[in-house]
Amino acid sequence: MAPTVDLEARFLDYVAAENKVEPKDWMPDAYRKTLVRQISQHAHSEIVGMLPEANWITRAPSLRAKLILLAKVQDEGGHGLYLYSAAETLGTSRDQMVDDLLTGKAKYSSIFNYPTLTWADMGAVGWLVDGAAIQNQVMLCRTSYGPYSRAMVRICKEESFHQRQGYEIMMHLARGTQEQKAMAQDALNRWWWPSLMMFGPSDDKSPNSAQSMAWRIKRKSNDDLRQEFIDKTVPQAEFIGLTIPDPDLKWNEERGHYDFGAIDWTEFFAVVAGNGPCNTERLEARRKAHADGAWVREAATAYAAKHSARRAAPSPAASKAHAA
Amino acid sequence: MKWDICDPSVQYLLHLGDDALILGHRLSEWCGHGPVLEEDIALSNIALDLVGLARQYYQLAAERVGGGCTEDDLAYWRSDREFRNHVLVEQPNGDFADTMARQLFFDAFHYLQLEALQNSGDAQVAAIARKALKETTYHAEHSADWVVRLGDGTEESRRRMAAALERFLPFTAELFTPAEVDRVAFERGWGPDVASLKGPWDHLVLEVLQKATLERPEVPHKLLRGKSGIHSESLGFLLAEMQSLPRAYPDATW
Repeated sequence: MAPTVDLEARFLDYVAAENKVEPKDWMPDAYRKTLVRQISQHAHSEIVGMLPEANWITRAPSLRAKLILLAKVQDEGGHGLYLYSAAETLGTSRDQMVDDLLTGKAKYSSIFNYPTLTWADMGAVGWLVDGAAIQNQVMLCRTSYGPYSRAMVRICKEESFHQRQGYEIMMHLARGTQEQKAMAQDALNRWWWPSLMMFGPSDDKSPNSAQSMAWRIKRKSNDDLRQEFIDKTVPQAEFIGLTIPDPDLKWNEERGHYDFGAIDWTEFFAVVAGNGPCNTERLEARRKAHADGAWVREAATAYAAKHSARRAAPSPAASKAHAA
Repeated sequence: MKWDICDPSVQYLLHLGDDALILGHRLSEWCGHGPVLEEDIALSNIALDLVGLARQYYQLAAERVGGGCTEDDLAYWRSDREFRNHVLVEQPNGDFADTMARQLFFDAFHYLQLEALQNSGDAQVAAIARKALKETTYHAEHSADWVVRLGDGTEESRRRMAAALERFLPFTAELFTPAEVDRVAFERGWGPDVASLKGPWDHLVLEVLQKATLERPEVPHKLLRGKSGIHSESLGFLLAEMQSLPRAYPDATW
């Protein structure tokens, strides 16, 4: 087994020297598996993440807001496409990945298992959920796998735009009528803690973190990313006069960071296990779209097959059909 | 509504804008639920074009109404009896074949309408039409491609596509039956005689159906008067949903 050890050691040196791994390069099986799991989870999160926002497209309160929201959800579909393509370079097909999502084998970000109840949630999701996602994604622009890193560069540009749009909605509501301000505060109250949970459990409870760091897939710890997000977001909330729902939140001069209250990880693990408020609805919506669309996909495949066959060797029957 | 929208040029702009808004709204209902990811993106794209087009017509209408009227006042504060869209575009999405049949019929009409509106005596309408014609050409290609694929795909897709054509063809007579709003627009040189678009439309649609190896169904026309504000029962629900927030918080701005 000596040569394998050699290859793995060389691989570690290669990524440690900040080189990018490309699809045809040799890579450890576990590296490949980890990436497929992570990139496909990320793609699924984009696709499932379309649902809570699509919930408000038909009720957007102005034509401008409707266009912005629709364009945003459309972008997320596009991100899903880039990411499925990046994962396919590792040898797993999109059909297989979608199948894993629909059978519950693959996960997606738990944040999308919370309901979007008011228009302010379109602000909070953009500001906090996209904000937390960006924190992670900016780091992933420097991830060791080339196709993933390049997809992330494109995605980050659009996501930061989404985050500003979300913040703009919150700002507008926070400066609006009493009812609008209450709506904004309520949305912040509901989305704050789940957003902090998006970074995952503390590093000592996150078994894959150390290996991912050694492979340079991951560049920062969950706790560090979470802290960066909090430090960045608290002043934004203060600026628009909203209160972060954490009585223990206070600036720590010595650390140069905000201290914050304990996260309720029992809630996180309950949602991951499938018992969040909307897990069933989200997966059902994806299954229904996939099942209802099966005949459309089959028709497109059948049509393409017929026509490539006709082009290759026009049969008398086909020519007749064309003439008809 | 509190604004006076009786001016004939405002009525015509509302008619043009309402078709775009209502169909865009229907297409946006597919977002997140399409048969394949690429179609979620394509249908959202068309919806974006249409809602964007509606905004241009409404902004112009609002300017002509004056007194601080906005595009959102026109979209969110009119009742269904004040909407001037064709009954075709407000029909529920149904399955993907239904959506594509509705789209093929409207896109072909919309293309011909915009082509004529490029020469509108209303210079501002002509400018909007010139810009919208490009994107509408793409919409028409998209719906035609799907009707062909579904018609000439599998047995099931063919059956569904044929049923969808049969369901929506009866709504198309309204496109070519001049209502008051069309007659005034034609007399004043703002828009085409819609009856004259019927021949070219038949030609465009028939060409697609032939490629799809489908027959044009023999179905009677429905008597419809959406352009005069008499709609199907589904528009009330669509507007109730669309207009809910501004009406629940009338003092708020968004």
